[in-house]
Amino acid sequence: MLSTIAGIPRYEVMGGSIIFKGEDVTQMPMHERAKLGLGIAFQHPPTIRGLKVKDMVTLCNPKADVEKILKDMDFEDFAEREVNKGFSGGEVKRSEMVQLLAQEPDFVMLDEPDSGVDLENIKVIGRAINVITQKDLKPRLRTKSGMIITHFGHILDYMSTDKAHVMIEGTVVCSGSPVEILEQIKANGYEGCVECLCPA
Amino acid sequence: MPMSRLEKKANEAKDKKAALGTDIDLETYEPESEDYGEVEALDMLPQEVQQAALNAGVSLSGESSGNYFQLGQSAVHKETSAEGIELIDIGTALKKHDYLKDYFWKLVPIDTDKYTADVGRHPPAGYFIRAKPGTKTVFPLKTCLYMGGKNQRQRVHNVVIAEEGSDLHIITGCTTPSHAGRGLHLGVSEVYVKKGAHVSFTMVHNWGEDVEVRPRGASYVEEGGSISENYITLTPVKSLQAFPTATLAGEGAVASFNTIMYSRRGNIDIGNQTILQAPHTSAESISRVVSTGGEIINRGRMVGKVPEIRAHVECVGLILTEKGRIYSIPELDGWCGGLDMSHEAAVGKISQDELEYLMARGLSADEATSVIVRGFLDVEIKGLPPALKDEINNITKLEDIYGAS
Repeated sequence: MLSTIAGIPRYEVMGGSIIFKGEDVTQMPMHERAKLGLGIAFQHPPTIRGLKVKDMVTLCNPKADVEKILKDMDFEDFAEREVNKGFSGGEVKRSEMVQLLAQEPDFVMLDEPDSGVDLENIKVIGRAINVITQKDLKPRLRTKSGMIITHFGHILDYMSTDKAHVMIEGTVVCSGSPVEILEQIKANGYEGCVECLCPA
Repeated sequence: MPMSRLEKKANEAKDKKAALGTDIDLETYEPESEDYGEVEALDMLPQEVQQAALNAGVSLSGESSGNYFQLGQSAVHKETSAEGIELIDIGTALKKHDYLKDYFWKLVPIDTDKYTADVGRHPPAGYFIRAKPGTKTVFPLKTCLYMGGKNQRQRVHNVVIAEEGSDLHIITGCTTPSHAGRGLHLGVSEVYVKKGAHVSFTMVHNWGEDVEVRPRGASYVEEGGSISENYITLTPVKSLQAFPTATLAGEGAVASFNTIMYSRRGNIDIGNQTILQAPHTSAESISRVVSTGGEIINRGRMVGKVPEIRAHVECVGLILTEKGRIYSIPELDGWCGGLDMSHEAAVGKISQDELEYLMARGLSADEATSVIVRGFLDVEIKGLPPALKDEINNITKLEDIYGAS
């Protein structure tokens, strides 16, 4: 779903439309969607040979304060490394956050930012998501938002969320308070959601 | 060997076709070129010549250990500022140094093919560079071979000697003005790396679309010495064929070849081979070639003669358009047990995943392609001084080269 919203060409929209900032972006090329303010963190990004992390950050936003972003994400040692080459799971996630911090999207999409990542990295990633989605500002002043896909919810201990949705087989089946929904799932599993919807 | 015997061998080989590459009719090129005289300083050269040199990666300002500039067959300028380095034209060197006859035509046989024979049958032009024992140069020696006239046949013979324990860095830009039209460049380079010496030898070919190029190079590395040979061609050429050889003759000697080729049209047959004939020698040949319509044959050959050697060949190519051809030929030739030789080769297109990844950050398909190609060609060349690395980075970052699609 995230890939479709981002506009990855191999995903085709069979029905419906994608509206972003009041504009129908369903047929809009991927890079134009990115320029309009859609951002995505990749779960398994490819290695870009010969491209240094610091140069990638500048590509995301020529005006970005590269040094500050790398320092904030404790990623300075990777400035001269090739993007994603030999990165561990946690390093890949931090690299993604570094790029998104530079890109400053209005709507950020994150696919399992907490999978395969140790506790230390989850903290840093959670902090970055809060910055990207302007959690430091008062709610009425915020102009940015985001969507996270998580199966375990660990990341929620380190960031704040407003709303949770449960999606089963492509359909949103339940929406509500993130804390409540996560507690239910922790107690009863996703089977609990199915039972809740289709009581015997 | 007396010169007369060399002449005899050259005469006998004057019609000998080369083992590789399309055959060239030498008679269709002018046998002689005009005498351009000499200039006292490089900034006295015409602006057009200076610009062409810059396009081949040789900035005539900036720091260097020495400069050599050849226009046609004339060595118009040679100077060196570094202590312990001799940089003169080969004709003068042959008269001045009797010992040079032990190096001249010793690595590249004069009767290799009709191109070496043609170089050998005419008065020598080219550079002679010698680093005295223990001399360490930091800045590169910049040399430029410039072919100006139409239908010109440029013949070059260079000899480089790095004496024991010396460090030498040479960058040679081979170039022609944009309007020069048809031309043929024949270049022989013989590089001697003595015990514990280190040499980097970088050749940038920036020719016109109607120029044919046949370099013939060889190097010989003694115990504990190393050579890094780099060949870069980013602009169209009618045909280019080169297959330089490095011989690792002394224990622990090291050779490293880096080849970067970008071809929009024309025909390139490029490669190199290393003969590892002493224990604990090692060699690496890395090539990155890109075709957007041209044909590139990409060869990498290692010959392991003794145990305890290591060799690796990497031939990787990208074809960015529907037309274009890359033929990768890695070859490993082991002559005994106890050696370690390997290769990897790949020919393909730009990965869709990489394109999408960059496009998700706001780059158009063309911009993303450029970034990927630039990164692909950005080979980390080991053993180069920073000044020379900067020169090479400037060449491989010229935006107009990457008008990929």
